Amino acid sequence: MINQLVDRILGPRIPQVEVADQRGLYQRPRTLFTAAALVLAVSIMLPYWELRLKAPQFPKGLRVTAWVNRLEGDVQELEGLNHYIGIPSFEDGAVLERSVAIAGILGLAGLLLAGLYIHSRWVMVFVGPAVLFPVFFLADLQFWLWNYGHSLDPRAPLSGAVGEFTPPIFGPGKIAQFDTFAWPGFGFMLAILAAVLTARGLIAHRRAYRPLIAAASLDEAGQPDSEVSA
Amino acid sequence: MGRVHRSIFSAALFTALALVAGACGSSSDDSVISESSAAIATERGLSEADINAALKTYTPSGQIDEYIMFASGGHSGQVFVIGMPSMRLIKEIGVFTPEPWQGYGYGDENHEDLFAAGAAGDEELTWGDTHHPALSETGGDYDGEYLFINDKANGRVATIDLRDFETKQIIKNPISINDHGGTFATPDTEWVIEGGQYATPLAWDYAPLDDYETDYRGMITFWKFDRAAGRLDYDASFAMELPPYWQDVCDAGKLVSEGWIFCNSFNVEMSTGMDPADPENSEPFEAGASAGENDYLHIINLEATTAVAAAGKTVEVNGFPMITLDTVIEENLLYFAPEPKSPHGVDITPGGEYMVVSGKLDPHVTIYSFEKIQKAIAAGGFETDQYGVPLLAFDDVVEAQVEVGLGPLHTQFDDQGYAYTSLFLDSDVARWSLGGPYREDGWKLEGTIDVHYNIGHLATAEGDTVSPDGKYLVALNKWSLDRFFHPGPLYPQNFQLIDIDEPGPEMQLLYDMPIGNGEPHYAQIIKADKLNPYTVYPEVGWDPGTMSVDPDAPQVGTEGVIRDGDNVTVNMTLVRSHFTPERVEIFEGDHVTWNLTNIETSEDATHGFTIPGYNINLSLEPGETATIEFDADNSGVFTFYCTEFCSALHLEMAGYFLVEPK
Repeated sequence: MINQLVDRILGPRIPQVEVADQRGLYQRPRTLFTAAALVLAVSIMLPYWELRLKAPQFPKGLRVTAWVNRLEGDVQELEGLNHYIGIPSFEDGAVLERSVAIAGILGLAGLLLAGLYIHSRWVMVFVGPAVLFPVFFLADLQFWLWNYGHSLDPRAPLSGAVGEFTPPIFGPGKIAQFDTFAWPGFGFMLAILAAVLTARGLIAHRRAYRPLIAAASLDEAGQPDSEVSA
Repeated sequence: MGRVHRSIFSAALFTALALVAGACGSSSDDSVISESSAAIATERGLSEADINAALKTYTPSGQIDEYIMFASGGHSGQVFVIGMPSMRLIKEIGVFTPEPWQGYGYGDENHEDLFAAGAAGDEELTWGDTHHPALSETGGDYDGEYLFINDKANGRVATIDLRDFETKQIIKNPISINDHGGTFATPDTEWVIEGGQYATPLAWDYAPLDDYETDYRGMITFWKFDRAAGRLDYDASFAMELPPYWQDVCDAGKLVSEGWIFCNSFNVEMSTGMDPADPENSEPFEAGASAGENDYLHIINLEATTAVAAAGKTVEVNGFPMITLDTVIEENLLYFAPEPKSPHGVDITPGGEYMVVSGKLDPHVTIYSFEKIQKAIAAGGFETDQYGVPLLAFDDVVEAQVEVGLGPLHTQFDDQGYAYTSLFLDSDVARWSLGGPYREDGWKLEGTIDVHYNIGHLATAEGDTVSPDGKYLVALNKWSLDRFFHPGPLYPQNFQLIDIDEPGPEMQLLYDMPIGNGEPHYAQIIKADKLNPYTVYPEVGWDPGTMSVDPDAPQVGTEGVIRDGDNVTVNMTLVRSHFTPERVEIFEGDHVTWNLTNIETSEDATHGFTIPGYNINLSLEPGETATIEFDADNSGVFTFYCTEFCSALHLEMAGYFLVEPK
């Protein structure tokens, strides 16, 4: 039973003759998935999101850089300023996401590499998350930005003066006397690149394996084809 | 378009073009200044020279000064930090006088130690008469790390760390009551020199004035600088006994003359002033000290001197090693050369070849050649003074004399081979040319510029180093008279910035800066980018006294009040905008040790701290920790608060200190 399920997931194996003959066709999805995995792994080492804040009394400006598992920059200064408005501490934000981020992204990369061996439509399960990851990241970031701006401690001295707000995920905004500007970091752009590479890999995968999958299901429906090896 | 329309259009276009051309044309008539700027100048009565002076000094908001001047504060007891060319006062460093805004001497334990070290016997001193600041040097050039300053009134020296511009050390000279020829640094700041002035019996001894020649002495102290520790090393220092000739200003030789020290004197006559018991046969100092034709330039072989001290050929005076005058003569450490009348400054040229003595009561600068001095010493066969110190012949050691004007006091140098001497009586600065390797047309008066009024010292940019920058000269004038709005009968001094960039007889007066908080005597001018001060202390819990982290400093999480019998320890942190804890409750009579740390890490995030009624005020810069200690003798409820405006909720940064009656 299990073996059958595994076989179905793994999909049809390519005949050696075919592999040699159509090297490019079968290599293409492998290349794209591998490239996407590498790009994702590398993206961990780059910032995902950048925020700059400017106010008259900060001539050099303040900056916050979000990596997948931490914040860097003028975090201490911002924490200090935040407490006047009642913004929660950064420590309490996205705790789960930050703790699983590196393992999770490496897991996505691992899934992509595993997908190299999946010749059936099940490949989408393996590589799909990599395609969806940037969307998920943006959605999660947007949620936390909204959350922080709407969880102001009413006892904080200036919370009333500032009111509730949502810092824009990209582009200009304003928090109290600060003009803000946010943009995606190189890490996030690599995550998008990985998603694009994966998507193209899926297309290449379909082009390579569709005939085999179609042939296999015909075989199942019809007579077994002894020329197809397991 | 119709004909009429076309001609109207052309006419309009032509007019527009003409107007534009006219506007361009008229603005080019004024070459540099636009019409509106010229109108402002006319309205304010400014000449072209004034406009140029303004252009050379005005520093717009956000621009940093090119040079930083450290000027002594005279009897304010402090050191002034002034930006140039804007001539803006940036800071007054607390040195010998408590300064509350900086929290200097108002409870901080570090400062109590400093002032205790500077006490004269049992008397704690709360002022000083600072005269000559000396920047630390490496290879004869300013390195921007430390500044030394003397206190003439009480015979003390201080060390200032230029990482945070704060005084770290005060030393009371154990032998001499007062000083003047200090502080001066040797080219690698191995030694900081403190020369004495008014002769007295050494080590606070007593002797009547009749015994002046036998019992009164001058002295010069050599303080060893330990750069790694950032302190003068008391235990490695020593003094040298000198005849009671009222030594004056000193300078350290550099390059060819490195290893030698030069000081002038002005009372070789050994006048002891008007004697009320014998007015017929005595005269006031002003006449008595000026009676003779010459005083003596003191030429000290520092290398040989330090060897003698290291060999232990010293006696202990007040527990401090001193080379006696007899040993000095025996070991050939000191030579005299005559210097006219009662001279004031001795200044060494950038290459170290010449010693320039400013005549004060003689209208000349007398230039001594180091090479000739060495030859004369080697030749031997000298006369001696009454104490036995060898006396070199004037003609053997003098290179040249330049008549510069009345009342020459002090000389500085530039990068074009010029020397600048202050003329007190003429109220001028004289520019004259150095000969030898400096200028073809040497030893000649080039020109003078009026200063307002009665100049004491002067300073040129990096002017006493081996490579002066030229460009700027500051005249430190003693009288301001009609230069400024006068705030009552005590008039400010006047610092005048002078442009010395152009060679030739002309110099340009650029700016008058009133000094209404002290009487500067001398200044050091250093290129601003050689200084590297902290923006914040490097780590939270930093003790400025040791310039390192204090492991016992209060940190986040260790705050609280700890009781041990009658001793209470308060550990408090400061951040925008609260103290932790905000309540401290103790009993009357408790002995309190209060530790505070400013846990901020952003620049300019300073917090103050005061306990009313206890004369306590602290200034804690970001990262700084401090300790105050006192007995809570007064019961009551005291509100401590942050004295330095720190944030939008600065007023709320306060706390209650409850001292319950026993």
